Amino acid sequence: MLDYVLPRYRVMRDKDLCIQCGVCERSCSNEVHHVDEELGRVTANNAACVNCQRCVVMCPTQALAITRWPQVDSGSSNWTLETMQDIAKQAQTGAVLLSSMGNPKPYPIYWDHLLLNASQVTNPSIDPLREPMETRVFLGSRPEILKVNERDEKLSAPLPPQIRLDVPLMFSAMSFGSISLNAQKALAMAARELGTFFNTGEGGLHRDLERYADCAIVQVASGRFGVDPHYLGAAGAIEIKIGQGAKPGIGGHLPGEKISEEVSRTRMIPQGTDAISPAPHHDIYSIEDLRQLVFSLKEATGYSKPVAVKVAAVHNVAAIASGMARAGADIIVIDGFRGGTGAAPKRIRDNVGIPIELALAAVDQRLRDESIRSTVSLVAAGSIRSSADIVRAIALGADAVYCASAPLIALGCHQCQDCSSGKCNWGIATQRSDLVRRLNPEIAAERVVNLVHGWTHEIKEMMGGMGINAVDSLRGNRLMLRGVGLNEKELEILGVKYAGE
Amino acid sequence: MVRSLRKLPRRKICENEGSHPMLETKGPREGQVRIPSGCAIAAIMDRTGGRHDGGDILKSIALMHDRSNGLGGGFAAYGIYPEYKELYAFHIMYESREARAETEAYLDKYFMSEKQERIPTEPVAAIKNPPDIWRYFVAPHPMRLANSGLDEAEYTMQHVFHINGKIDGAFVASSGKNMGAFKGVGYPEDIGEFYRIQDYDAWAWTAHGRFPTNTPGWWGGAHPFTLLNWSVVHNGEISSYDANRRYVEQFGYDCELQTDTEVITYLFDLLARRHGFSQETAAHIMAAPSWEDIDRMPPEEAAYQTALRTVYSSALVNGPFSIIIGSDEGLLALNDRLKLRALMAAEKGPMVYLASEQAAIEIVCPDAENVRSIEGGQPFVVQLDSVVAAKARESAENCPAREKPFRHEVEVHPRRKERAHA
Repeated sequence: MLDYVLPRYRVMRDKDLCIQCGVCERSCSNEVHHVDEELGRVTANNAACVNCQRCVVMCPTQALAITRWPQVDSGSSNWTLETMQDIAKQAQTGAVLLSSMGNPKPYPIYWDHLLLNASQVTNPSIDPLREPMETRVFLGSRPEILKVNERDEKLSAPLPPQIRLDVPLMFSAMSFGSISLNAQKALAMAARELGTFFNTGEGGLHRDLERYADCAIVQVASGRFGVDPHYLGAAGAIEIKIGQGAKPGIGGHLPGEKISEEVSRTRMIPQGTDAISPAPHHDIYSIEDLRQLVFSLKEATGYSKPVAVKVAAVHNVAAIASGMARAGADIIVIDGFRGGTGAAPKRIRDNVGIPIELALAAVDQRLRDESIRSTVSLVAAGSIRSSADIVRAIALGADAVYCASAPLIALGCHQCQDCSSGKCNWGIATQRSDLVRRLNPEIAAERVVNLVHGWTHEIKEMMGGMGINAVDSLRGNRLMLRGVGLNEKELEILGVKYAGE
Repeated sequence: MVRSLRKLPRRKICENEGSHPMLETKGPREGQVRIPSGCAIAAIMDRTGGRHDGGDILKSIALMHDRSNGLGGGFAAYGIYPEYKELYAFHIMYESREARAETEAYLDKYFMSEKQERIPTEPVAAIKNPPDIWRYFVAPHPMRLANSGLDEAEYTMQHVFHINGKIDGAFVASSGKNMGAFKGVGYPEDIGEFYRIQDYDAWAWTAHGRFPTNTPGWWGGAHPFTLLNWSVVHNGEISSYDANRRYVEQFGYDCELQTDTEVITYLFDLLARRHGFSQETAAHIMAAPSWEDIDRMPPEEAAYQTALRTVYSSALVNGPFSIIIGSDEGLLALNDRLKLRALMAAEKGPMVYLASEQAAIEIVCPDAENVRSIEGGQPFVVQLDSVVAAKARESAENCPAREKPFRHEVEVHPRRKERAHA
């Protein structure tokens, strides 16, 4: 059958600069470049290029750039080239379209419609270089009223278990299997250094990472891979994953060829078998079932660590979150529809779920309407791109955020959306040892630490500008936000005023 | 419905007789927008409970004339109604006859009134078009109280909220026992003269002179802000306002006025009255020690402080503020953690003086001793000697209001007898 699928990218090679050293050829796991001795030049198989930009970065003479395939579309705004190419692919294969990373469609990004406040005259801004500026947060459930003995300065009853974050962000769940051990190790090391947490995803905790277990949030997902008492006991916190922003309502499938010896040992499944995560947890068909799982995990760990429950941001997320709090979740995690993934059906990724900004605002307000917001922690996830997004998320009502794409970009990810191929040239989303070796965990961790240090400085600057010296006073402080380019309904859901009001 | 965007009840100004043309400013009124203000604050208290007239507090706040701009002033006084000390004294401002009629019908339904009268005032040239100001000495209607499932204080508070939020043109200026607030639009010294505060005797006085950036336009927006026995005078603009507001609104406190003072009062009521903390601990929660300090504490103390900060993180008040909180126990002064606003304290015998400026203390007590500025984040507490003695006998554990038996149930005669259970 003739393949109608066109290349998506084209390699631009400056002949004057190219020295035919072959670095590009050795860099590319997709086998795009080829130093052709006979022709005396370097050729490119454009159809294989995914635009990961590894060759562009590695080229010693800066002879390379990747550009879009220049083919024009039909001229129809309806039948775009991408739409038609998708049809061509499915006509060829009869398969579900697979894709990776977060929803790339041009849906509104509400972060970019929310502006931050700063103090002028009536109250002073605070200089973070002169005054303490606190970014520490605790996650866990709290009693509505604390009982203490004031004279002895003692608690009458211990506080439920909390995890402490020195910065209000954590690294979201990415399993060993979906990313390489070196990538996971880099995040674990960065989490330790930064005083925060990484998340194992549902791939179990590799034995090399056990020494970072106190900085780990271990996931219990529908496949229950790698879950045993040791795994639960080692972690700082446990997370029940109900859903993921990139693919709400969808399970997962790690094909047998990716179940190497190490992955097999860590996931506790036979080598070479498919790792299938069912769409629902088959012991959770309703909210009361969730309560049983939450308390099973608490029982299994002697009520020593908080249990988080993560759901994708879907239409009725506010009511669902309220139910989760009542089911005993200590931390509620909401993952918006722009959240990333190692592999998801493209139609699901691009069409299911709602933006995190609206979901977060609705959940925070609903929990307040129910008078239970102060008794649980709320974490927002699903494309936090910068320190300003973190400040906005906290001002909308989050205690902290989860980031995954941003730290991966710090490791070298260029958002080529080809994670599922397992051929990641940056050594991140792959299990191929030659590619994994490209990612040095120490150097990678340093890059992530640098990123978060930079963000933390920026958060402090922004808080100081608002006259706030503790992140506690930013949480839910929506007066620090103003909307631009939003309609009244959007403002109402976000709970913010329009700029100028 | 998203609460923060709900339409605030607009206080319509009645067109008929008794309305106040001066109140019809073009700008939005307090409660419809948030108006930043700077201020002067002062307080005087006699620890022994001895009562003094309003002369000194008037002199003290008048000295700080330049710290206010004629758009708000007021006083709170404790111990002024000893003959009615068991009854709630409601000071209510009316902008129309209809508002008064509606309010009185409402009070008649939910309270038993022992006495009601116009608050005596004196014409002052600078005070124009004051509202009609009344006071009522009331007790909760016994049957309605018993059926409400609330304790007396909560019951009274809910009805004060109703009048302030739902009755156009009526505003409860104060609602405590044996205390009252006297406030309005004008310089504090003119407001004091208007209300004849020199003719009242109180064991504690607080005063406020306001410098709002905009015209608040009506008398209800002046300070002190009060609720039950609390009165709060405040100087500053807190940057944590919306975090604090959205925290207390979870528990039925509606921030109608959108002022810092209002939300600070509600935080105090929540922590001290409902959650049962001492006022000092409540203040400590609102100006919590830094994590840096907590990290240096011994483990048990650090655990205590960490728990307070964690459970009450949304009660942390941020940004510049100095506040004086009056109550039936005494006074409490508090500065923000960074000490971004001025507040001085001094003593002389049983008398304690607080003011934004030292000169405002020295003008009434030239030989004041122990003159010092309040430390950032360190609550300064002055209690009546009788309260100190009573507190020493009480448990040091906080007892939340909802865990206490209702007085109106347990103190009914005949008392319930203890019966052995079969």
